[in-house]
Amino acid sequence: MVAGVAEETKTAAPLEGAAAGTPAIKTVELTKRFGRTVALAGLTMTVPRGEVFGFLGPNGAGKTTAVKLLLGLLKPTSGSASLLGRPIGHLQTRRRIGYLPELFRYQSWLTAREVLALHCELAPLPRSSWKDEIGSAMETVGLAARANDRVGTFSKGMQQRLGLGAALLGEPELVFLDEPTSALDPVGRHDVREIIRGLASRGTAVFLNSHLLSEVEQVCDRVAVVDHGRVIAAGTMEELLRGTVVKVRVTGLTPADRNNLSGFGALDDEGDQLTFTNLEASRVPDLVSASCHRCSSSRG
Amino acid sequence: MPPVLVIARLTIQESSRRKLLIALVVLTLIVVGFSAWGFYKITTVTRPDGTPLEPAAIALITSQLLIVVTFMFSGVLALSAAVVAGPLISSEVESGLLLSMLARPLRRSEVVIGKWLGLAVLVAVYAAGSAILELAAVDLVTGYLPPHPVQLILYVGAEGLALLSLGLLLSTRLSGITAGVIGLVAWLMGWIGGIVGDIGTALQNQAIENVGIISHLLLPTDGLWRGAIYAMEPEAFLASMRAAGLAARANPFLAVDPPPVSFLTWVVLWFALILGLSILSFRTREI
Repeated sequence: MVAGVAEETKTAAPLEGAAAGTPAIKTVELTKRFGRTVALAGLTMTVPRGEVFGFLGPNGAGKTTAVKLLLGLLKPTSGSASLLGRPIGHLQTRRRIGYLPELFRYQSWLTAREVLALHCELAPLPRSSWKDEIGSAMETVGLAARANDRVGTFSKGMQQRLGLGAALLGEPELVFLDEPTSALDPVGRHDVREIIRGLASRGTAVFLNSHLLSEVEQVCDRVAVVDHGRVIAAGTMEELLRGTVVKVRVTGLTPADRNNLSGFGALDDEGDQLTFTNLEASRVPDLVSASCHRCSSSRG
Repeated sequence: MPPVLVIARLTIQESSRRKLLIALVVLTLIVVGFSAWGFYKITTVTRPDGTPLEPAAIALITSQLLIVVTFMFSGVLALSAAVVAGPLISSEVESGLLLSMLARPLRRSEVVIGKWLGLAVLVAVYAAGSAILELAAVDLVTGYLPPHPVQLILYVGAEGLALLSLGLLLSTRLSGITAGVIGLVAWLMGWIGGIVGDIGTALQNQAIENVGIISHLLLPTDGLWRGAIYAMEPEAFLASMRAAGLAARANPFLAVDPPPVSFLTWVVLWFALILGLSILSFRTREI
């Protein structure tokens, strides 16, 4: 089934105008286990340069694990990946990457300007460019008026804006945004969408982690839907919305039962949980009745 | 600025902005003020017949009282180092503060060394500053200076650095509170271990003496403290203690000999080992 996921990702339509050369992100069977828990199972995907790629899934699906693996904060159990043509963990590649963590936290004893200066220094950007970089980032995320205030006085939303500003420093070629609107109000969410569109317009690839379909569908060129550490669907929003994704939780299936159920379409088999993609809504009752004796289903 | 120095500067900046430095300065000034008053009172003590104490007696009492006061300073320094170092890395991992920083071209070894360096500067400044203030105050009111003031500062500072290094190592894996508590307990156990070793020396029992040797090897804080004591003891007092024989050595505030070179060599290796382990531990930690 992992191969099926890879196939889906590979056959998805590439973004028009994607930069030639190495992709922004490429993973092959990237897997992460914590003890017996599989956080990410065989992720195989390619994100071209300049693409806004949505990684969509519920809480605990493995989205943040995927980002942390790509950034070298976690070590993969197996598989491989590269960013901007270099293996993950490559130090110099990180000069060209921006990252807003899901758990955003910055030095409360520093001012917002000092936090961004720290990131300029660590990036590292030429000192002569700091003033413009910081000013531009502050302006973009709407914090220009609070630049000299200590982060400890900021609301969560403002801290998330600050984190977004830090991720934008130095015109990165690839930006990871992990739930970038989790602490923002509707105005802030709109601002983030505009920022993402701005990044895309200048050719920056964006990897957007979100559990909100409405968020990714408005800005993403392509989307991968992830659940229980597995990509269950991938493609453009148009392709994904063409069919219905149905999850069925069922026990006691025989191999023959599974074989019969595969007739309902593309099937992701995770033992007790089966996920059907591109299933017409009208066929769901048939699927449920065919799913044998004791079952429950949920529709997404 | 190299990333190591950026992290070191950030560590010092945090201590300053969180008012840790000003708190230590104010407390030190208060303690030095009170102790100066106490030392001054020694010079005014008279015998029952009304005659004042001889200068030699005043110097002896002052030297012993200074050891006790220095023990308090070294304790404050060691405990502060352990408490501050305990959450140095773990709290930033738990809060997520390190996530965005480690996504930059920043090595984890640079984080560990930078934090150690930043806190080491604070420990060194506090050790030197508090010792100079205290010694100057004592000299002013009693005219007494310990025989080896520079060594005293070095030994007390090294004791603080040892606790800082242990706290940092623990901080790469354990929560701040756990690392801090372990650091405190280790310091006390090291001190007790040294006393047990002294008792072994007094009883001429090699097995008990080995307890002290092993504790000095595992955590050299008590061995360094003995070096600080030796630096404060007047030669006349040392001569009388040597003459008193082994039985007099079962005393946690006495050091008849300076720390051997082999021990000081081990201390250098110990620091390198702990720092190396800290880097290895943090490099392999998943965040």
